[in-house]
Amino acid sequence: MTPAVEFRAVSRHFGPVKAVDGVDLTIAEGAFFAMLGPSGSGKTTCLRLISGFEQPSSGQIRIFGEDVSAVPPHLRNVNTVFQDYALFPHLNVRDNVAYGLMVKGMGRAQRHAQAEEMLALVKLDGYGDRKPAQLSGGQRQRVALARALVNKPRVLLLDEPLGALDLKLREAMQDELKALQARLGLTFVFVTHDQHEALSMADHLAVFNEGRIAQIGTPQDIYDRPATRFVADFVGSSNVLPPALTRALGGPEAWASLRPEAVRLAATGPVSGPVTALRYLGAGTRVALRLGETEVAALIPAGQPLPAEGETAAITFDPAALHVMGGAK
Amino acid sequence: MSGAVLSPRGPADRLTGLFWRKPWLLLLLLIAPPLLWLGVVYLGSLAALLLQSFYAIDEFSGVVVPEFTLKTYAELFRAQNLDIILRTVWMAAAVTLACAVLAFPIAYYAARYAKGHWKAAFYLGVMLPLWSSYLVKVYAWKLILAKEGILGWAAERTHTSFVIDGLLSVPGLQGSSLSTSPIGTFLVFVYVWLPYMILPMQAALERVPTAMLEASADLGATSAQTFRSVILPLALPGVIAGSIFTFSLTLGDYIIPQIVGNSANFIGMAVYQLQGTAGNIPLAAAFAVVPILIMLVYLWLAKRAGAFDAL
Repeated sequence: MTPAVEFRAVSRHFGPVKAVDGVDLTIAEGAFFAMLGPSGSGKTTCLRLISGFEQPSSGQIRIFGEDVSAVPPHLRNVNTVFQDYALFPHLNVRDNVAYGLMVKGMGRAQRHAQAEEMLALVKLDGYGDRKPAQLSGGQRQRVALARALVNKPRVLLLDEPLGALDLKLREAMQDELKALQARLGLTFVFVTHDQHEALSMADHLAVFNEGRIAQIGTPQDIYDRPATRFVADFVGSSNVLPPALTRALGGPEAWASLRPEAVRLAATGPVSGPVTALRYLGAGTRVALRLGETEVAALIPAGQPLPAEGETAAITFDPAALHVMGGAK
Repeated sequence: MSGAVLSPRGPADRLTGLFWRKPWLLLLLLIAPPLLWLGVVYLGSLAALLLQSFYAIDEFSGVVVPEFTLKTYAELFRAQNLDIILRTVWMAAAVTLACAVLAFPIAYYAARYAKGHWKAAFYLGVMLPLWSSYLVKVYAWKLILAKEGILGWAAERTHTSFVIDGLLSVPGLQGSSLSTSPIGTFLVFVYVWLPYMILPMQAALERVPTAMLEASADLGATSAQTFRSVILPLALPGVIAGSIFTFSLTLGDYIIPQIVGNSANFIGMAVYQLQGTAGNIPLAAAFAVVPILIMLVYLWLAKRAGAFDAL
């Protein structure tokens, strides 16, 4: 099967800044693909390379097998949900959604009918006459989604689509986006800096760091078997253990990662240290211990006994939870 | 250790406290002078003008008769006066259109692409002509456009004099040279008022987010479609603001058509002559009301066309 999007050694340099540096990437058709990374890691530039708002300094981008290096944005069959939605303030919701059809020359009645259909799909039937300014953040987001989907793109790009929404709304939209993607069978590519969002929504994700891809895989791959210290640290704030500590805890002498939820506290053990901080998280408490030079966190489920700050504790864990990463940063 | 309340250091602290307790007091102090200026001096004189236009002059004695009459307004519709009004409105419309067409690319460049030093250079370039006297500029243009001027000289050297001659033979635009033709008046008007179009346009274009243009392209629009459906509607308030300047300034100007052009009368010149040598204040006032009415109609049309919806 032809991949939906393919990057071959793609770089995008802005003067001396290597925003994207030699990225190889394959996104399968029908995937819900996340690009995860801190700000400035190159994920948004990659999205803009797909939509055509940036051109690669070198390398090749293919969309469904076609080289799009020389294709301007308006001729690419991909659509974007912009970070701040970029709805046209002078047009009402219906005309915003119908914009793509209007510029293609579709008649008013027909494009308005299709726009209403799309609005129904995103549960905004009856909002067609309102102006974007009269909508809430969540509603604007749905309009932006409908405006992109009405063009029947082959790939839908979402740039931090949920960033501007509050937590409750964000969670609801996550479920809805996921359901929508499953229903339409489209390829979704979304950019986020929120690891929880990426892990819970995507079926595949790429973790970006300093213009390069640190790791590509399924959420389980990335979470359980981080390839580098950066990935372990960025995705779910894992404990990163230096080689000496790994060895002291019974592993090989190499960098390793250990999830806080896999760590249990014990009275005695090979390595112990003082409790430096307790952070109550509702469903559990995050206990930080100082083991030599390294701070190690343990997530203690609610209802279990907690140590006091300053008390000395040792840690235990299921050896299978220890993931050795090798030398890579 | 100090208490929860600090003692006032002086009158400034006490005054700030007073303004905090009574916020309307500061507002009143700030807006009273401009309100007085606008209300009394500006609107008051406008009212006096309006009043004068409803009086008429006694044709034998030449004395203003302070009695309400529409006779003066009726006089505006005499062929020679209607001619003046139409000529002025045509000129103002042509100047405004030309300014808009010239200003847009400049404003667009400044708003979208110019950064740092280039932006400073832009502002300087646009404002610099405003620093020198308006009269000096108009006379300079008279020389540039004269038969022996640099334009005529350049045309002669490049054997393109036929272009100027051709323009000068168009009915309605005749003149012995550009500086004595309505074309000259038009060119000078466009030059002098151009900054008043560029600046509001640039301010409006700067408020159009780049994401909006990208969204348009993303949805399949060509550059022309993006211009028509997104940029223009969003920049329209700025274009209207600029056109109000160029239109009303042209409607009221009495110096440029006097110095450059074929000496045909414009509203401004008519007002100048009527209140001066002719001593017909009521008719001068009636003439002065014409641009006000035209601008009101223009604004009303612009509002109906949705020019201010994006505000």
